[in-house]
Amino acid sequence: MNVLKLTLEVWRQDGPDAAGGFETYAVEIPDDASFLEMLDKVNEELFRAGKEPITFDHDCREGICGTCGVMIDGQAHGPQKGTATCQLHMRQFRSGQTIKIEPWRAAGFPVVKDLMVNRAAFDRIVESGGYITVTTGAAPDANEIPVPKDASDSAMDAAACIGCGACVAACPNSAANLFTAAKMQHLNLLPQGQAERWSRSEAMVEKMEEFFGSCTNHGECQEACPKEISIDFIAMMNRDYAKAKLVNRRRLGERKVG
Amino acid sequence: MTLTLDPQIPEGPLEDKWDNHKFDLKLVAPNNRRRFEVIVVGTGLAGAAAAATLGELGYNVKVFTYHDSPRRAHSIAAQGGINSAKNYRNDGDSVFRLFYDTIKGGDYRSREANVYRLAQVSLNIIDQCAAQGVPFAREYGGLLDNRSFGGAQVARTFYARGQTGQQLLLGAYQALARQIHLGTVELHNRTEMLDVVVKDGRAVGITTRDLLTGELESHSGHAVLLCTGGYGNVYYLSTNAMACNVTATWRAHRKGAGFANPCYTQIHPTCIPPSDETQSKLTLMSESLRNDGRIWVPKGYEDNRAASEIPEGERDYYLERKYPSFGNLVPRDVASRNAKTVVDEGRGVGPLHNGVYLDFAHAIERHGRSTIEERYGNLFDMYERITGENPYETPMRIYPATHYTMGGLWVDYNLQTTIPGLFALGEANFSDHGANRLGASALMQGLSDGYFVGPSTVAGYLAGWLGTEAVPTDDPAFSESLDETRGRIDSLMNVNGTSSVDHYHRELGKIVWDYCGMSRNEAGLKKALSEIPALREQFWSDVRVPGRADGVNQSLENALRVADFMELAELKVRDALHREESCGGHFREESQTEEGEAKRDDENFSYVAAWEWGGEDIQNDAVLNKEPLSFERVELTQRSYK
Repeated sequence: MNVLKLTLEVWRQDGPDAAGGFETYAVEIPDDASFLEMLDKVNEELFRAGKEPITFDHDCREGICGTCGVMIDGQAHGPQKGTATCQLHMRQFRSGQTIKIEPWRAAGFPVVKDLMVNRAAFDRIVESGGYITVTTGAAPDANEIPVPKDASDSAMDAAACIGCGACVAACPNSAANLFTAAKMQHLNLLPQGQAERWSRSEAMVEKMEEFFGSCTNHGECQEACPKEISIDFIAMMNRDYAKAKLVNRRRLGERKVG
Repeated sequence: MTLTLDPQIPEGPLEDKWDNHKFDLKLVAPNNRRRFEVIVVGTGLAGAAAAATLGELGYNVKVFTYHDSPRRAHSIAAQGGINSAKNYRNDGDSVFRLFYDTIKGGDYRSREANVYRLAQVSLNIIDQCAAQGVPFAREYGGLLDNRSFGGAQVARTFYARGQTGQQLLLGAYQALARQIHLGTVELHNRTEMLDVVVKDGRAVGITTRDLLTGELESHSGHAVLLCTGGYGNVYYLSTNAMACNVTATWRAHRKGAGFANPCYTQIHPTCIPPSDETQSKLTLMSESLRNDGRIWVPKGYEDNRAASEIPEGERDYYLERKYPSFGNLVPRDVASRNAKTVVDEGRGVGPLHNGVYLDFAHAIERHGRSTIEERYGNLFDMYERITGENPYETPMRIYPATHYTMGGLWVDYNLQTTIPGLFALGEANFSDHGANRLGASALMQGLSDGYFVGPSTVAGYLAGWLGTEAVPTDDPAFSESLDETRGRIDSLMNVNGTSSVDHYHRELGKIVWDYCGMSRNEAGLKKALSEIPALREQFWSDVRVPGRADGVNQSLENALRVADFMELAELKVRDALHREESCGGHFREESQTEEGEAKRDDENFSYVAAWEWGGEDIQNDAVLNKEPLSFERVELTQRSYK
């Protein structure tokens, strides 16, 4: 175990409408501590100095709840691939380094305080169609719906999304296409999801566009994603959205005739 | 005053109780449901499932979570799987066998009728989740795959890679999102419940704090459902998420709800051992690893050699040696205690000698690295990220850590607490796991309570209140609760002492872990009972909560939670002291077999201990109420996994 001596530049902002700025802190930390444990230590020291600790979102600290996430030297969740901030450990850093820590920067994610942001837009996207309508008790026997293993595996690849928002933070346009595509394709790939596929595709994309920028295929999102979700899902979403526009219009016509 | 502990178990044979009861329960007609307001606190498996289902049925639901999104609740972290008695494997499983395994696994300290219902409903859960699009693992034919889990000799566990809890929670969250969209459920995120409002002996609402503005609010409802999880963070270090807390259930306890079996906590055998004093939480490695990993320690003491340098003959595969028929798949409590024994003997491994090896070398040899990678790849990666060691090459180091709490609010067969109108679902109640929970059963219980049991039994309660309005929030019952809550916050803000909330949480955790952890004895428990109240007093006179109460203040959120943990800890230890037998996760050193296994005392302790709030001097004021347990269908035996 080594002890690292680090300089931190941390974004401090008192509230959504307050002006923010960087503050500089020095910290010594064992390299087997996690990044958030390093922030805990800074907070203990701020406490001892009579100052207010840094506010940051976090919960499970095992990379699955998606609550945490900060920009570390301009990278969402920091330098290690496929790793959420809470699972990033200090052995990824060198003694003497200066680390810049900021909140997610995106118009769709307004800052609440310090490193904490509001990601409610993600919930609105899911509410617009990111589900399969099945009232409790209405389900057939689970094995009555065979799902080809490949489809199931791909759906699981998409469903692994933890909703942290790193994709949006990493995108130069603050687009939420990777998140929306993952949520959508998880369901669109499965037989159970077919009945609502076209209404879901249209509703989710249009809800997304109310909050976030447009995708221009930079691919930063998949690099930042702690679950390494592929941008192939964005291509699938684009295909489904385009098709949905036609299918849904045709269905509208069918309804009028019928 | 003592509590009335009527478990309300329906008449009739075990197999028919739930069906009969559903017929006997009063119904609320579809056109009347919108006249009822229902409050659901918590959005984990139990809460999200209950809120979604009640919304679908047509009730007006308000759901509360302190997270930014309902999807973040800690159910999301469950890795291994969910049990169901589907018998898709044709290996002899049945509803009765799942029931039997759960009763036996719980060391005969749970209610037969509840557990049987859980096993029955397990069939519907898998159907429901598969239809929602939960991507369970599948065979090449497209049908569902299963794996086996500790404490069972059949493969009945359904799973979604190592992220089963995540996928089940997302299923429930999506169902909830649909109801929010339709307007049947109103979501209150970043809102923490700080009190239950009780009027004329029944629950009529809750008091909450908006975590962004600090504002205290009253919410009124015909019924309140607490789906707020367990109290494992009383140990400070646990596998629970950082914010998991006991406040909702503890506040209910203080308002009159019986708290049952608080000494029953599950220590999970396969977690990564702590590395140093900065450690903030412990990380679980799924129990499914025990399917292929072999657990061992060196035969010699204080052995500092690397694992690869210890020859086969100098290794002790102690679980395989002591329990030949279950081997590495013994239940969690047995696996945990044995790990503690070998580490206490001085045979622990790793730099701090605080773990045991979980070795995959044989499995890799037998199945090939790619198979092992497919089964556990993400877990191995996680282990490497945390420890910097590669488990394909060196064995993992594991050690037990607090994981789940079987105790919780006392509930009857309807999941109603001793306060009418107040229900507890999921880990928040005590009902189904007795003194020890089997792997892959927590997800099952959360969803059983949330999707199927709660919505039926809550309707039975609501039917009696048809034609009444929810108590208005300007009623004195609400303002008293608001004042009391505001007073608690003000006192914490005004102490202005010297030490941080975390400091006190850590100190509390040490006491509870040392004296009321994996193994307990009278002297230690008494010591804890003298130390905890002193620490609590010190907390209230010396803690300092920085910042202000009228905005985001994570220290204040934490202070309110730790204050309640201080009280719960005392009751937990009190309960452990009174239960002079060993059972499941509660191991009293005074009560063991010659071989060192847990020894129950069915003559004196075959009951549920439901504690009643008596006053601030908890260890002396708390009143013990007993619900005797009777067993009609299973024969009580000393558990043996030899």
